[in-house]
Amino acid sequence: MKGFNFHSVKNVKEAKKLASGKSAFLAGGMTTIPAMKLRLASYSDIIDIKNIKDLSGIKVSSKSLKIGATTKHAEVAASKEVKKAISSLAHLADGIGDPQVRNRGTIGGSIANNDPAADYPAACLALNAIIHTSDRKIVSDKFFKGMFETALKKGELIQAVEFQVPDKSCYVKFPNPASRYAIVGVYVAKYKKEVNVAVTGVESAVFRCKKIESALKSNFSSSAIDGVKISSSGFNSDIHASSDYRAHLIKVLAKKAVAGCK
Amino acid sequence: MASSLIGSRVERKEDKKFLTGKGRYTADINLANQTYAYFVRSPHARATISKVDISKASNAPGVVKILTGDDLAKDKIGGLIAGWKIVSQDGTDMKCPPHPPLANKAVNFVGDHVAIVIAETLDQAKDAAEKVRVNYKVLKAVVNTGDALNSKAIYDGIDKNLSFDFLLGDKGKTDEAFSKADKIVKLDLVNNRLIPNAMEPRAAIGDYNSSSEELTLYTASQNPHLSRLILSAFNAVHPEHKFRIVAPDVGGGFGSKINAYAEDAVVAWASKKIERPVKWVAERSESFLSDNHGRDHVTHVELALKNDGKITAIRVDTIANLGAYALVLGTVTPTYLYAPLLVGPYDIPTACCNVKAVYTNTAPTDAYRGAGRPEATYVVERIVTEAAKEIGMDQAEFRKKNFINKFPHQQCLVHNIDSGDYHAHLDKALELSDYKNFENRRSQSSAKGKLRGIGFSTYLEACGVAPSAVVMSIGAGVGLWESAEVRFNATGNISVFTGTHSHGQSHDTTFAQIVGDRLGVPIENIDIVHGDTDKGPFGMGTYGSRSLAVGGTAIVKACDKIIEKGRKVAAKMLEAKPEDVDFKDGEFIVKNSNKKKTIGEVAFACYLPGTFGDIKSPLPEGVEPGLMETSFFDPSNFSFPAGSHICEVEVDQDTGETKVVKYTVVDDFGTVINPLIVEGQVHGGVAQGIGQALYENAHYDESGQLITASYMDYTMPRADNFPEIKLGFTSTPATSNPLGAKGCGEAGTIAAPAAVMNAVIDAIDTDISMPATSEKVCNALQKNKKNKEAA
Repeated sequence: MKGFNFHSVKNVKEAKKLASGKSAFLAGGMTTIPAMKLRLASYSDIIDIKNIKDLSGIKVSSKSLKIGATTKHAEVAASKEVKKAISSLAHLADGIGDPQVRNRGTIGGSIANNDPAADYPAACLALNAIIHTSDRKIVSDKFFKGMFETALKKGELIQAVEFQVPDKSCYVKFPNPASRYAIVGVYVAKYKKEVNVAVTGVESAVFRCKKIESALKSNFSSSAIDGVKISSSGFNSDIHASSDYRAHLIKVLAKKAVAGCK
Repeated sequence: MASSLIGSRVERKEDKKFLTGKGRYTADINLANQTYAYFVRSPHARATISKVDISKASNAPGVVKILTGDDLAKDKIGGLIAGWKIVSQDGTDMKCPPHPPLANKAVNFVGDHVAIVIAETLDQAKDAAEKVRVNYKVLKAVVNTGDALNSKAIYDGIDKNLSFDFLLGDKGKTDEAFSKADKIVKLDLVNNRLIPNAMEPRAAIGDYNSSSEELTLYTASQNPHLSRLILSAFNAVHPEHKFRIVAPDVGGGFGSKINAYAEDAVVAWASKKIERPVKWVAERSESFLSDNHGRDHVTHVELALKNDGKITAIRVDTIANLGAYALVLGTVTPTYLYAPLLVGPYDIPTACCNVKAVYTNTAPTDAYRGAGRPEATYVVERIVTEAAKEIGMDQAEFRKKNFINKFPHQQCLVHNIDSGDYHAHLDKALELSDYKNFENRRSQSSAKGKLRGIGFSTYLEACGVAPSAVVMSIGAGVGLWESAEVRFNATGNISVFTGTHSHGQSHDTTFAQIVGDRLGVPIENIDIVHGDTDKGPFGMGTYGSRSLAVGGTAIVKACDKIIEKGRKVAAKMLEAKPEDVDFKDGEFIVKNSNKKKTIGEVAFACYLPGTFGDIKSPLPEGVEPGLMETSFFDPSNFSFPAGSHICEVEVDQDTGETKVVKYTVVDDFGTVINPLIVEGQVHGGVAQGIGQALYENAHYDESGQLITASYMDYTMPRADNFPEIKLGFTSTPATSNPLGAKGCGEAGTIAAPAAVMNAVIDAIDTDISMPATSEKVCNALQKNKKNKEAA
């Protein structure tokens, strides 16, 4: 790890003021710190946002569930409010990494990093999330841009993620046996007028699978997916799963997700 | 008290320190005036080096010294060695490329050592290492085991990349048996490459004292004396009498800490050059790249059968990947530790095995838990399963029909099996695993949409390495006896020095039980000392499940010498003849009397040999003071643990995900000293075996880059990958050592891969290679489905 200046800030204004082209915000540090240790990344300034009080916590209304950016995965997993409003989201949080990761890693960090195999981006797309930042509100469809790339501008800080409560939903992940990231993760959420199916782990970034969505819109049942053809073109292919296997898993997991919707 | 110690579930004496974070590993040691080392490693699988430019790096902040292969050559530091000479079937010796600890003109795998950067801090060493400019000319790498023989030679003078072409067994007789066979069963098998992943990464600190001219090397080693011998005799790092190696607490080895590595030689040598301690601790990514890897075979096997199911011959052809260099046990692992076991626990009249060992541009391979025996067991237990299936016999019955029944049994290849009862452990395993109701369980799984399969592995392995006379006659560079020194202190407690090394095996407890049992002293008063060449006598270290059978026996023999001397002293003290003095439960007793002395009293007397007032010297004439005995034990034969593993798996038909759902093991380890510890060894071994079968795989791409170079991609199995493992024991004591112990450290790893794969193949009805990843299984299921639809 190369040397850096460390700042622990108390509010968003302070954080923004310190941010520069060579700085990084630090929440749980579950990606930033390993990258720094491996010398894959180095920064002049690390701005620790963990102590900004307003950034952590869970708020529920009848239509939405708002989770502060520095809320830890373990907190989401254990939250009675989350379990009641969107139980699939609590389940998702409970399946991220391992207990150590879940007790340090944060929802804001996960979304800002936009790892192509991370779980939370799928939740954002499926649950029509609005990303509240220090500067604006961004809808999920416009937030995730590409591999490790988001709509966030330099120095822009995620403050909360607001999910739209669905009628029912389910997230099914087929984990990479080594990293336990998603080889494929499929999030199905049913709303009154739409069905969202978000897929992670398969392309350079999370995406919505329109083919399955339209199949489910007319017939919300597992069997509706049988006839859908998923092309593996452009899908990730690595030692753990070929693109064809990923295409196969999308259907398998989508069916399981539909069956598991509640 | 005493006799109950053998076979008793004594809790591990060493657990308290390890569980409370008080273990003291090499990385925990910090010396005054210490410097920090970082190695510049090759990013290429194969390249020549025209220049290593250290000028810019040498001026970087904090740099103390940068040393390269040229410096090493100037100081005449020798190359790393292959410890076992294998002779090819044409009578020529194996071929080994030069292996300098720092590359000289060429690098041959990603991670090969190029230079050492020594600085005041680790960060400074790393910063400077980035400034070392190495001019590489990248050459085409040879990576694939199966293709190596047909690839352009990596090294001058090593045609076809072939180190040796080894043959064991009677080829003529075996071919004849095949020509007369009713049925021949064939399989092509791959034994996947594994990365050992000891919990503690390797580490080394060189500490040269220019006043006494003594060099101390702290290193994570399984065998400090052996490392000292190699580093003195072959690498010429420092003369043996002025060279101390300390292997303090070591967090697992699995064979990967047998070799004296390049880093050991280099930090020791470097500390002499700069006259300051030089500390290096491997990062996990360095462990992946540069720890010795294990396995990596491509094999074709054939089994000859009679119609009644009797096996008449086995014929095996293997290509074994040595990696870039031949290491200490790299050449014996795929030969003498492998081929002799290809007849398994079966009475097979004739057998023949050819092993071609090849060099590739990958990390060198060496002994990894089981070393040769998991490879052999995988071949035998896969082909035997296939044979039973093809002739329509029950897996258990087929094995029983072919088991060795009478002992001792001279096998057709090498081993003379002294004892065993293979029917006993298989029967017990059948019962424990509820084999008779398997089909019910299969139906239950099927009702959940899962495919269930069952797999057997009835293994036989050779432990207790090794009889020196035997192993040296077949190329071993050293004899594999073991030493012990049992030292009674005047106050009655005991220090025991063993030449073995405990890095998870729990010698502190097991050996204390043996000494406590033999001498009648509470185990709290017995200290087991190992891991420091300045403390105990020369010993060979721990690997090959040898510590108890060989090292434990040396301890027993030293204890017996203590008893014999003590008997003479006690006799004088008790005014009796030595032959009239019995020793039992820590007391010397005159026959048919109540006259007795405890061994503690006798020990105390041995340290007070004079006459003083009423006290008369207890020492008989000619008996020296003190009570301390040394023994070196060289076994007469290997020991032969055997057992039965029965595995059941469930396969998800949609995803191919495979889970071990039921696992049963019954082992015959001969005498078991501490079942609690032995069960732990079996659990760990089975976990590693399941890891190989379902998860682990070292994967190099075509250019020789290691793709599985971190835990993000190398699948280490985790707790949730395992079911509860049901264990049982049977016992036929070994006859080659007085304890009757056979060895238990590797058995789980040896047997499990075959049991798991046999279960997977039973479930999906298709042959696939290890590891049985979800995608492989899924593809096999899809293919089956298509084939069925087509038919």
